[in-house]
Amino acid sequence: MPDEIKGPEPVSPPAQGGKPREATPAPEKSEAKPVSHHTVGPEAKTPTATASTTSPEGKSAEALKSAAPATPAAAGVAAKPAAPAGVAAKPTVPPKPEGPRPEPWESELVKTLKQEYGSGIVEAVGYVGQKYMIVDCSIVTDILRRMHDDEGFDYCVDITAVHYPKREQQFDIVYVLYSFSKNERIRVKTRIKDGDRLPSAYPIWPTADWLEREVFDMFGIVFDGHPGLKRILLPEGWHGHPLRKDYDILQQDREWVKINLGIESGQ
Amino acid sequence: MSQGTDHLDLDNLDVGTKEKTFLDSTELVLNMGPQHPSTHGVLRVILKLDGEKVLGTECVIGYLHRGVEKIGENRTYAMFNPYVDRMDYVAAVSNGLGYCETVEKLLSVEAPARAQYIRVIMTELCRIASHQVWLGTHALDIGALTPLFYAFRDREEILKIFERYCGARLTTHAFRIGGCIYETYDGFEQDVKKYCTFFLPKLDEYEELLTTNRIWVTRTKNVGILKPEDCIALGVTGPVLRASGVKWDLRKAQPYECYKDLDFEIPTGLNGDTYDRYLVRIAEMRQSVRILQQAVERIPPGPIMAKVPKVIKPPVGEVYHSIEAPKGELGYFIVSDGSTQPYRVRVRPPSFVNLQALDTMVRGMLVADVVAVIGTLDIVLGEVDR
Repeated sequence: MPDEIKGPEPVSPPAQGGKPREATPAPEKSEAKPVSHHTVGPEAKTPTATASTTSPEGKSAEALKSAAPATPAAAGVAAKPAAPAGVAAKPTVPPKPEGPRPEPWESELVKTLKQEYGSGIVEAVGYVGQKYMIVDCSIVTDILRRMHDDEGFDYCVDITAVHYPKREQQFDIVYVLYSFSKNERIRVKTRIKDGDRLPSAYPIWPTADWLEREVFDMFGIVFDGHPGLKRILLPEGWHGHPLRKDYDILQQDREWVKINLGIESGQ
Repeated sequence: MSQGTDHLDLDNLDVGTKEKTFLDSTELVLNMGPQHPSTHGVLRVILKLDGEKVLGTECVIGYLHRGVEKIGENRTYAMFNPYVDRMDYVAAVSNGLGYCETVEKLLSVEAPARAQYIRVIMTELCRIASHQVWLGTHALDIGALTPLFYAFRDREEILKIFERYCGARLTTHAFRIGGCIYETYDGFEQDVKKYCTFFLPKLDEYEELLTTNRIWVTRTKNVGILKPEDCIALGVTGPVLRASGVKWDLRKAQPYECYKDLDFEIPTGLNGDTYDRYLVRIAEMRQSVRILQQAVERIPPGPIMAKVPKVIKPPVGEVYHSIEAPKGELGYFIVSDGSTQPYRVRVRPPSFVNLQALDTMVRGMLVADVVAVIGTLDIVLGEVDR
């Protein structure tokens, strides 16, 4: 599906490929404008635009030269003084035009799901051409079942989690789904609190077996109805869940050294 | 899956009555690995047997776990790049490609055309090298010694190209976020062309040794059959999926880099058995040669690096992107919080997911077939355990 690959194009025109180059002259123009006003002040107002675009011309080159030392003062950022105006101006520009923005994902599927589940569908978003929806944890199994049975998402690519310790609902559980018939990939996300349980996706996709075991191993999230939820990558007696943000690796190291070697770790 | 060894309570075993003793029971639990030569690393498989017949298996993995995902959270985007090479170390170039592309997607940049071609050439060479390692070790497991020497001899030439290109043979770190850092060396194109002409007859040699070899055919035909619906349910990808008859390859389905400009086919199998998987991988090597020949002819001039800031700070957001690695779908899920380090890096390893199918494939087969099936799954434990 070309949609998935092309991604950012519809979202933010200036971001893709060679386009930043077109984007950079814009600040140059704005940067050069006051200067050219300054130097070529008495001249007619119309040529300013042409002068700034045809930079190799004598006057605008001068303008560029004078612009170069002027920019750091104007920018206030740690811009390199020797750099040409275009480069020096760059750090000041990116924040506003750059960066694709998430946009609502509108489709028949989302519409019907929203009608049916109401606020259960928290959000449906497209970001750089990739679609995902955030659903309430109480209906996640219904949604997944529906995706599998009715919408043709027969391949569960991945199940993983992300930990946000500062949030009330600390964990994002992410299901990456793919449909062979539609050649489409979506993500279903849900949020749960620490200690909450989630129904297993094993009855829907047998591949969830190991994937959920890994999430349990790394995050300590318990999946109800899983055929054998136990650690998979770490040994049985391991303490803690390493991919939680509050799992300090240095602390672990110091502890281990202290217990096993009886000395202070130098870390 | 079986319950492993737990149900064998050896302390309380009633040795007095002859029927209940361990040796007289029909079921036998056999531990295979982690230091078994045919488990391709440190995989431990617990087999529940009835005589020679496999009743069930359980894989014990994690012996090579290094916490790659945690490391990723504590490194900058560029610093994490070499780490991904250490996952699937026989196809390091593919790992790097997947990672670089995912970060590029986060940054909304695209590698320049020349870089894309260099990347494709390197990745396809890597695919051939990976399949050669598979062929050599898989054949060795089943008892054919010669293919190992043949395959490793020919792989050497690929590693030499890698070495000349980026200085490393195995964990190459060939690509950077935004393109490639190394321009091709003088004679790179000739070397690749030379390899293509050199390798095709060698491929025929492999086939001469195995394709009609009676022992090979009896050891692989109808062994470890995986139906297409089982493949999809189990999330199996790559040559294993294609050997079951599902014509799906990410290079075609969701083309990345310059694959859409290149002409190649997706070989598929019919029965989904070990023999078909062998045929599919051999055919894939031929297709890779085809891709290489086209890419080398078309490689355009131009820059090899897109405009990427020195300090990589992707905007807040998350991206899942996957590529067709030699072993299947290799995906990266990266969450950015706008800082210089990824907030979360998730690797979707094809070997890990494919290994899950082992149990389905070997139930009812013989112990010796377990060895064949582990080989045909083409797993790399570095990637399974990360």
